[in-house]
This record gives sequence, C-alpha cells and structure tokens, in this order.
Amino acid sequence: MIHSLFLINCSGDIFLEKHWKSVVSQSVCDYFFEAQEKAADVENVPPVISTPHHYLISIYRDKLFFVSVIQTEVPPLFVIEFLHRVADTFQDYFGECSEAAIKDNVVIVYELLEEMLDNGFPLATESNILKELIKPPTILRSVVNSITGSSNVGDTLPTGQLSNIPWRRAGVKYTNNEAYFDVIEEIDAIIDKSGSTVFAEIQGVIDACIKLSGMPDLSLSFMNPRLLDDVSFHPCIRFKRWESERVLSFIPPDGNFRLISYRVSSQNLVAIPVYVKHNISFKENSSCGRFDITIGPKQNMGKTVEGITVTVHMPKVVLNMNLTPTQGSYTFDPVTKVLTWDIGKITPQKLPSLKGLVNLQSGAPKPEENPSLNIQFKIQQLAISGLKVNRLDMYGEKYKPFKGVKYITKAGKFQVRT
Amino acid sequence: MLFSLEQELPPVLPHRAEEKAPLLKPCDGTSPPSVLNPSLPSSATNPGTNMTDSKYFTTTKKGEIFELKAELNSDKKEKKKEAVKKVIASMTVGKDVSALFPDVVNCMQTDNLELKKLVYLYLMNYAKSQPDMAIMAVNTFVKDCEDPNPLIRALAVRTMGCIRVDKITEYLCEPLRKCLKDEDPYVRKTAAVCVAKLHDINAQLVEDQGFLDTLKDLISDSNPMVVANAVAALSEIAESHPSSNLLDLNPQSINKLLTALNECTEWGQIFILDCLANYMPKDDREAQSICERVTPRLSHANSAVVLSAVKVLMKFMEMLSKDLDYYSTLLKKLAPPLVTLLSAEPELQYVALRNINLIVQKRPEILKHEMKVFFVKYNDPIYVKLEKLDIMIRLASQANIAQVLAELKEYATEVDVDFVRKAVRAIGRCAIKVEQSAERCVSTLLDLIQTKVNYVVQEAIVVIKDIFRKYPNKYESVIATLCENLDSLDEPEARAAMIWIVGEYAERIDNADELLESFLEGFHDESTQVQLQLLTAIVKLFLKKPTETQELVQQVLSLATQDSDNPDLRDRGYIYWRLLSTDPVAAKEVVLAEKPLISEETDLIEPTLLDELICYIGTLASVYHKPPSAFVEGSRGVVHKSLPPRTGSSESAESPETAPTGAPPSEQPAVIPAQGDLLGDLLNLDLGPPVSGPPLTTAPVQMGAVDLLGGGLDSLPRGDVSGSPAMGGANFAAPPAGTMPANLGAPLGGGLGDLFDLAGGVGTLSGSYVAPKAVWLPAMKAKGLEISGTFSRQVGSISMDLLLTNKALQVMSDFAIQFNRNSFGLAPAAPLQVHAPLSPNQTVEISLPLNTVGSVMKMDPLNNLQVAVKNNIDVFYFSTLYPLHILFVEDGKMERQMFLATWKDIPNENEAQFQIKDCPLNAEAVSSKLQGSNIFTIAKRNVEGQDMLYQSLKLTNGIWVLAELRVQPGNPTFTLSLKCRAPEVSQHVYQAYETILKN
Repeated sequence: MIHSLFLINCSGDIFLEKHWKSVVSQSVCDYFFEAQEKAADVENVPPVISTPHHYLISIYRDKLFFVSVIQTEVPPLFVIEFLHRVADTFQDYFGECSEAAIKDNVVIVYELLEEMLDNGFPLATESNILKELIKPPTILRSVVNSITGSSNVGDTLPTGQLSNIPWRRAGVKYTNNEAYFDVIEEIDAIIDKSGSTVFAEIQGVIDACIKLSGMPDLSLSFMNPRLLDDVSFHPCIRFKRWESERVLSFIPPDGNFRLISYRVSSQNLVAIPVYVKHNISFKENSSCGRFDITIGPKQNMGKTVEGITVTVHMPKVVLNMNLTPTQGSYTFDPVTKVLTWDIGKITPQKLPSLKGLVNLQSGAPKPEENPSLNIQFKIQQLAISGLKVNRLDMYGEKYKPFKGVKYITKAGKFQVRT
Repeated sequence: MLFSLEQELPPVLPHRAEEKAPLLKPCDGTSPPSVLNPSLPSSATNPGTNMTDSKYFTTTKKGEIFELKAELNSDKKEKKKEAVKKVIASMTVGKDVSALFPDVVNCMQTDNLELKKLVYLYLMNYAKSQPDMAIMAVNTFVKDCEDPNPLIRALAVRTMGCIRVDKITEYLCEPLRKCLKDEDPYVRKTAAVCVAKLHDINAQLVEDQGFLDTLKDLISDSNPMVVANAVAALSEIAESHPSSNLLDLNPQSINKLLTALNECTEWGQIFILDCLANYMPKDDREAQSICERVTPRLSHANSAVVLSAVKVLMKFMEMLSKDLDYYSTLLKKLAPPLVTLLSAEPELQYVALRNINLIVQKRPEILKHEMKVFFVKYNDPIYVKLEKLDIMIRLASQANIAQVLAELKEYATEVDVDFVRKAVRAIGRCAIKVEQSAERCVSTLLDLIQTKVNYVVQEAIVVIKDIFRKYPNKYESVIATLCENLDSLDEPEARAAMIWIVGEYAERIDNADELLESFLEGFHDESTQVQLQLLTAIVKLFLKKPTETQELVQQVLSLATQDSDNPDLRDRGYIYWRLLSTDPVAAKEVVLAEKPLISEETDLIEPTLLDELICYIGTLASVYHKPPSAFVEGSRGVVHKSLPPRTGSSESAESPETAPTGAPPSEQPAVIPAQGDLLGDLLNLDLGPPVSGPPLTTAPVQMGAVDLLGGGLDSLPRGDVSGSPAMGGANFAAPPAGTMPANLGAPLGGGLGDLFDLAGGVGTLSGSYVAPKAVWLPAMKAKGLEISGTFSRQVGSISMDLLLTNKALQVMSDFAIQFNRNSFGLAPAAPLQVHAPLSPNQTVEISLPLNTVGSVMKMDPLNNLQVAVKNNIDVFYFSTLYPLHILFVEDGKMERQMFLATWKDIPNENEAQFQIKDCPLNAEAVSSKLQGSNIFTIAKRNVEGQDMLYQSLKLTNGIWVLAELRVQPGNPTFTLSLKCRAPEVSQHVYQAYETILKN
C-alpha cells in the first residue's frame, strides 16, 4: 500500500513529505529526478518508476509532482486515483492546488493526509466527510476560531462515514433548495490533412450542484438514454434502476460532484462543428515559409461557436512569425515555438483567417514534420451528441426545489493535422 | 485563523537575523522553503499572508527550538497549539524537531481534538527515535481507547498502531482486542487495519494473541466498510505469509464479499475485487454468477475499481464455455470500460494501456473494433504514445490495415525520435503480420527512405530486412534504393541489416563485393554484430561468386580469426574457414540453406507467462509484464497464480484434480554460475541475430550442429586458460559422429531406445529403478521450451530420458545439449537427436545416451548436474540431481575374501550408518530388488533373528562401496552401514538404497 508521499515542485524541491508507515528517506526521490531529467519534458516523466527497494508512482498536476512510494505489490491505478483525489481535495479546500496554497495551509494539508490514508489504506476521501472532520479555511472561521478558541477539527464522527450512503452528510439544511445539472461534452477528434475525420468521439460528463435539504431522492431521466451506452457512475447511482429503466436514480451528495461521465463512441457519427483550411509550407533552401489558416463553422446546429483558440507547436527551426489576423490576436513564443491565436466568435459572414510569413533559421534543413493545429472552442446551449434531459423528480422531501439544466459543448483534444 | 495571535507572539525576527549558523540542516541541500516571503501570492480563500501557515516556516535559525520549547510549555492553550503547528510544519519539510519530544508529548493530555491530533502526528514521526519517551504517551492512549466518543477511540487505536516501538505495541494488544469488538463500526474498521500494522511490526505477537481469527470473523461483519477493511488487512498480511491460509474463501464467504461489494467505498471495492480474483470457483455456474455480480463495477467512476473488475472477469471467463450466450455478452461488456480508461489522465492511461496490451493478447476479440481509440494524439506524453503504438500493431488486421498504415505514416513524420523509430518499425511489423498489406508497407517504407532523415532510413532498413525474410523473392527490386543509403548508416543494427541484405542477395547486386569491401576497411571499429554479419555476408558472397571474391574472403577470415580477440567472431571465422577448406559443397549447403520462416507476431508474451499475468491485471506485475516473483522485493511471498481451467459443471464434480494447483516446482536448483558463461559462448556460436546466423536446414542440421559444437570446442578460451589445450580437446569435445567409440555411437543409442521401450513394458525388474520424469526446466524460464526428464541405466548404459515440449508459439529447431563438468564425468555420448523441428504444442521423447568419460569436477551436492540446452531461440540452463544408482556398474560384485579384507581395511571413521524406514520387504526381496540395480549381496547371515546382508557395489569411476544391511523380520526399519574410501558418496548411496527399495 502507499508508504509515503512527496510533493515536488517544478524546480525539483521537495516541499512536503508524509509517511504513513516508517519514514522513507528523501533520497528515494533521486530516482525520480533521474527519470525527470531523462524525460526532458515534465509531462513525459513515466508514472511508474522502479528503484532497487521501492516503486515510485507519480502524477503531474498543476505544475506539481505527487510522488508516492510503494514497497509491495499494489494496483498502480489505485495509487494514481488516490493521488488525484488528494489533488482534488487540495483544490477543493484551498481553491487551487499550488505550492503556495499547500505551504500556506501546511498543517491542514497534514491533517487531511492523515485523515485520507491509514497505514496506506484510504480512510476518508469523500469531500463531504473530510469537511466534517477538518473544516476548510475561510477568513470568517479563522476570526471566529481565534476569538472563541474553537478549532477547525470536527470532534464528532462524520455521519456519512458508515451509513449506506457515505457520500451524504445528515442534517443538511438550505433556505433555497436548488439542483443544477451541467451537461458538458468534449469532442476529441483527429482531422487529417484533407479535412476528413480520422477519429472522433465525445467525452461527456454531467456535473451537478445540489443544495437540497434533508435526504432527497432524485431521479433524472433523458429523452434519448440510448446514447449512453458507455457510462461511469458516481457511487450514489442505483445501477439496477439504470439497467432496467434507464433512469438515473440517486440520493445526491451535498454540493458539487460529478454524477456520471460517458463516452459516445467512435461508432456513432460525431458532428464536427468547425473546419480549418490551412496552407503551411516551407520552401527548400530558403529561410522562410508561408502560413495561412482560415476557420469556418460547420455542423454547429445553429448555435454560435465561440471562445475559439488555435494553438500550434511550430517546428524548432522556426525563428519568428510575421502574421496578420483578420480577427482576434495572435502571439508567438520564440522559445517554446508555440503560436497561439485567440479568435473569439465565428461569424459566418466573415471567416477569421491568419496569414503571413514564417522566418526559419537560415541554413537549417527544411522541417520534416508539419505542425498539428490544436483547436479550442465552446458552444453554449448544446450537447453535440444530442443528449437531452427529460425531467428531474424528487422524492422523500416535501419542499419544491428549483431545478436547472445547462448544456455546453467544448473541444477536448481536437487536432487538425496539416 | 490566528488573527489576534500574531500580536502576542514575541517579535522574534529581528534578533534571529543575527544568528550565524543554522542549527537545523535544510532538507535537501537547496535553500529551505522557509523564509516567509511577503510577496507570496496568497490564494483566494486566504487573503492576507498573516492568515496562512507559511508563518510556521519562519526561519531555521538556532533560537527556534528554544522558543518553541517555551511556547509548548505555555499555559495558554492557543499558544500551545500554535507551537505544535510550527513543530509539525518543520516536520513536513523533513527538518529534525525530535528534540522537542517531551514538550510535545506533554501537550497530549487535552480535550482539544485538533491539538490531540497534531500531537499524534508528531508522535508517529518521532516515537521510533525516542522509544523511552514514547512510553509516556501510553497511558493517554489507553485512556483514549475507552473514550465515549468513537472518533477518539478510533484515533487512539489508529495512532498507537503507527508507533513502531516494541514497548508500545505490548500495551496495544488489550485496547486493540476491545476495539475489534467495539459496538461502533467505525472503530472496528479502524481496528482491522491496526491488526495489519501490528503484524508488520510483530507478526508473532499477532498470531499469539489470536488477532488473525478475530480479523477473519470480521469478514462476516454486518457493516460493509468493516468487511472491506478486514479483507484489505488480511490481504496485506497474507502477502507476507503466502503459506498461511488466511483468505480461505468458500462460497459462503464469497457471497458475503459480493454483498459488501455493492455497499462499501470505492477503495473497499478494490480490495474485495482483488480478493475475489484469487478465488477458484468450483464450476462454471458459480463462475458465471460471480461474473454477473461483478459486472456492474465496470461502470464505476474509479478506474482502479474498473480494472480490478476486469481482472476478475478475465479470470473467471476462462471457465465459461465459449458457446454460452453469456460468454459473448460478457465479451461485449468488457470493451467500453477499457476504452473509457483511455480518456482519463495520462498516468491512468499508461497503466490502462499496459494492461490492455495483455488483454489484447489474451482475447483479441474484445477490442478488435476499437482500433481508433488507440490513435495517437500529438500531445500525448511519450510513454502513452509508445504504448498505444504497440497495441495498434496487435490489433492490426486485414480489415483495418489501411487506416493503421495511414496513421503510422503520419507518426513517422513527428518530432519525437523514439516515437518515430517505433512507428517505422511498426510499419514493418504490419507488413509481416498482414500479408495483403506487405506491398503497401514496403512502398510506404520506401517513401520514408526518400525523406533521407537519418534515423528513419536506418529503422526502415532494419525492418525491410525482416520483410525480405518473410516474403523472399518478392520485393528485391528495392535493393537498389537501399544501397544508395549505405553511407548514411551509422547505427550497428542498421549496418548489420544492410550487410545481411547485400550478402543474401549478392548475386543480384553487381558491386556487392565493392560494397562489402568498403565495410572491411574499418572492420575492427565495428560492433560485434556488424563484424559477425560482415563475415557471414562475405562467405555467402564467396560461395555465390567464388572466382572474383577469393581475396576478399581470405581477408575477412584472417581479420576474424587472427586479428580479433572476440571469441564469437574467431570461432565463427574458424568454422567457416574449415568448412570452406574441407568441403565447399557442404559449406554451400550449410551457409546458403533455406531459412526457416520468421513468425508473424513479434514481442508476444509467452502463453504461460501471459496466463499468469492475466491473473495480475491491474498490479505492478501487469505494468512491467513480469510475474511478481521476478521483481517484488523478498519474493519469498509470491505464489504463482494460474488461470482456472475451462470445466463444465458436470465433469468438474467428479474431477477435483482438474483444479489447478498453481504451483510449479517450489525450488529450482541454482542456475549455473560462472561456468554458464562459458557454455553460453559455446552454444551461442550461431545465435547472432536470429535471422542472420548461418542457416541450417533440417537435413544437415545434425551434422552442422555437431560440427559447430565440436569445432568451437577446439578453440575454446578454456583451453588457453587451463594450459593444456590437448587435454581440453580430448575430454571436452563431443567427438564428431565418425570418430565416436563404437560402443557409444549413434546406432547403439537407437538400440538403447528399443531396449528401454521393452523395459518399460516389462517393468522395472529388468533394469535399475527409473524415477518418473520430473520437470527440470519449466517453460516459463526457457521461452516456452519445457524439459522434463529422468535418468536410467539399462544393461550397462546410462541414458537421460527427456521430454521436450514446445509451449511457445514458434517452431523450435537446432537443439543441442551440453553438460558442465561434474563429479562423475557424465557427458552426452551422442548429440541430441531431434529429427524434426518441434512445432508449437508438440512433445518429443528422446533418450540421450550418456557416458562417463567427460571431465571431472567435484560438485556440491555431489550428484549435481548442470545442463545447457540450446535451440534456435536461445540457450537455457538448468541443473538437476541424478540418482547415484545409475552409476552402479554391473561388475560390482566383490569376492567374499576381498570383501572381508576391504571392510577391515577401511578405517572405521569412514563408516556411515543410516536408517531406512517403512520398508516392508523381507531379506530375500530386498536382495533381489537391489541386485536389479547392481547392488550385489555377497553374503547373508542370521544373527539373533536379524538378517544381515553384506553387499557391494562399484561406481563408474571405480570407487567401491561396501554395505551391511540389517533386516529384522516384522520391523519395517532397516539399518544400513556403509563403508567406502570416499565417504562423501555414502549419503548418496543411502539415498539410492532408499529410492530403490521404496519403488
């Protein structure tokens, strides 16, 4: 099981360590640094590293490495999931998961880590339970605490810990009872040179924000549940009900949580909302090249495509770029060779384009690889898969909640090859 | 939270600045992340830097410990708490604050839970370094374990378990026992984990106190969380005690677990699923019902739960009949969750991909339609890219090859060199795997060669060589293009591949001699791989165009044999030289023989290993693709797992023996040490890159093999070392068939085989006892070759009876065998005759005649025999113990007088006495039974109702052993006294007696 945890920042400082069994020396991280050096790029550090006596399983999040030390055979996914959960908890408690936030709250962090893991076994990882045990820092609370002398550690057993619904605490009370659902879909796609789709799929999630008093029992039904054939559920969902009726029936956790995530597989046709016309060429034996891209809307179901950003990793030999956008603004970082073009909204009348010259290192051979375009966009009020919530019913409580559903489609890993 | 406090704290900063040396070392040589930086960005929830914990990091100067001490002993509760927080903060960055131990422990007696927790945190870190002080805390712990608040009870027992101090653990037992039976499930589940902690510290104590049984009882607890933790704790304990039957699962406990599975936390589900995976259902019905109850876990949001569920399903599926509707439903259900894992964070993707790689090999049908999800995105981390590529090739088939190729071609123009190389290789693998696509692959590769990107060209040439092997005489038109790039190749593998191509197609390349000659100039600077290849290529060229290349071949042979100090190269050079000078026709037959086909799939995991790894899905073993025994520290604990056999419910009832025991031979004799390298070299002669070695067809195989071995032995480095090459040659070389002594020649070998068959029919009486065959070399250790065998002695001839089984996917050929020097000079009397290549799943039985004229070296144990077996894949080593009675010769009957004299002559200290128990035979039967194995009874006396048998035997090396066997009618225990001038054999002679008498 998980033996120890080291938090390491990008410059290689170990700024926090926690041991759940005996103390493991920091020197074990040298193997990690070695791997990091080899990988060159922080994102390419392999997640599982073996050392003579331990295994190091790490994740990279928010510019921090969470490195756990393992001594016995253990499912690595278990460790990785747990580390992500730790990062999520920090995010949840401190608003951000950064070195500064962790250092600012080091004692709470320590208390949290102790509460989350016992002897390497996860103890309490649900945010609801943790918050009952250790209160998140707020300005108000620290003022109150310092006056009244009370602490930010709960001294009663969290109610949810042992019930059959560990995700919900008892005695929740709200004056305004609200339940909101965000249906968020991301399109992952690879579009080839000629504009045809090599691969496309939709990764969807339904995030919920539930502020309901008591023990509400909700059921959420869809107009077209058949779209959801590959789903991962929050533990609160009754699987049997879904199997038989295709209805999501659950007692929700309190607050924000991810209800389901789903994948609309590549077997179904995925609508691609934008197209890109591109012409990027480098001349042989000359130190310049041409760059010309135009973006247009396509299959966007009558909605506006907005928040468009194009990111291009240019080849190493590119020194600088001299471009003119018809819309938005662009930047080129000559160090990382990343071109970012922030476009905004597309209006079909006038398609945005970015044209100009590329300066190459003189004398260097013409780059072999063509850069891929990475595109970000957003479409409000639309789930591109066509998923629609039919209704939400509440049982078990008397009051009438306020309900709302929001749809949004975004680009996930959306790549256009040139 | 500490608003007002800031004013109360003494203004310590100014005078601290004057201190010089830091008392505490910074944690890692870098500057400590300590100094409060006013410009530190504060998070949204924490406006104002004075609100945050960074102030606990103030400085590391000398005064700090004193100040903390003072604050810890303050009367004010708040001040105390703040001080403890500072101490904890220092601890988190690895600073040593153990000096404050007594002061911190003093703060423990408090009703403030936060302060208590903080002190506990401190205790856990430092108790080990201050064991005597830690005792101070015991009372508080014991008291807290009785607290009315379950949270505090649990906290106390949890913390106590984390303090690894013997004195504390003694006090832990009573509170722990109570907590295990606590009315509150929260306390029980915490106590369950505590048992695992205690076991880690003191296993004996846990067993003595009976905690293990209590823990087992908790599996039936009413609360699912308690069940899950009990399972987790038991699994952890079981890992360090593989023999203990801790998790003894039966249908009832399985049912409990399955019920708890639905209700416990995600982590608990992982523990339970992993535990379920170790269960062996009694029939397919039970397997199916477990599968049905596990399937909903595939939709869990936690990927570790999903993968553990996949493991259970993959394992139990093995028991289901393929005709079952449920089987195909299950197959369909497995695909979506696996694909979903690929949309998670890259670290999760990596682990998932490593596992999918196994699953795809075991059951390709699951993901055969999901090729596209493995397409690489340019911003995937490199470790994900490489894994995806691997799976793409595994899934490549005629149906999707066009898409795959288009993708691979795209990847070949990416930036990352490693990835590009692998992509190019992948194209070659596709060509070999999917015949229809070969042409397209070749033209894609040619396109890539045209790019002239150095590493792309080199990789392309390496794979094109393999394509030539697979499809001979089809794509040779591209050779010209390849030759153009000869100069740009700078990597040994690519150079070797190119040279192989030139040699292989020398007759079609007009300037082959010039090309090869150009490499020859820097011959000594090349790597061994290239040198060997060049040697072979030039010999091939010579055999094809003898007239113009005589000079060239002489040049390379002299370079290889006279100027090189690499034994491999020298030996190969000598062999070619001898072949060419004695019989050019035979040389042609050997060197230019048709090559065996190469297999379609490369890098496949051996089926036996794959099956084992499937049982380890989701674990580190599955990431490394090695069984845990191969890498987990202290692998003492690892039990081999195996997939359940497919059984119908009807037959399984009466065939309990079909249940796999899952335990290969527990102890393998030690692998051959230093000598092994020598043997390796000997047998390795033609084992260069598998496709390029001197090819041997079936017909000349035997002759070739013998020659290779024999020839190689002459020029052994060993000969040089020992200083008497002649001796080495005589003793060690397996003489070529022609020069073999008549009585050991091959014909006799055949005859022996017949005799043996006969003996097998009549029973053991006609010859000495033959033990049943045992597995000497498990398939797992030998890339799929399994060897089992035994030794026998028939009419004066010793033989080693072998069963070779091919459990790999490819055909095996070119077998050869060699013994290391051993105590009695056992050596093969004839080469290992495997007449046809061994195809997958085929078994061949061979009787290998042995003689005892090999070279002698005393082994420990005396009867240890180290063997090297070679085939076209590799050389494998194993060692085995032979029973001594195969060495008892037929003329071992001593004259009576002689016996008496010798018995007296051998000093008494050489006499050894043994007991042979449980042998119900009478003296007559014993005598005749032993005679069958060449132990001769010389005289028999009856003394006081006991039969005394006087016996003699002689070993192959002339050692006489004299025996007195006392047999008492009605008493199954015999007494054996042995006298011998070489007393070290006595023990083994006794063992031989036992074996013979008891079988």
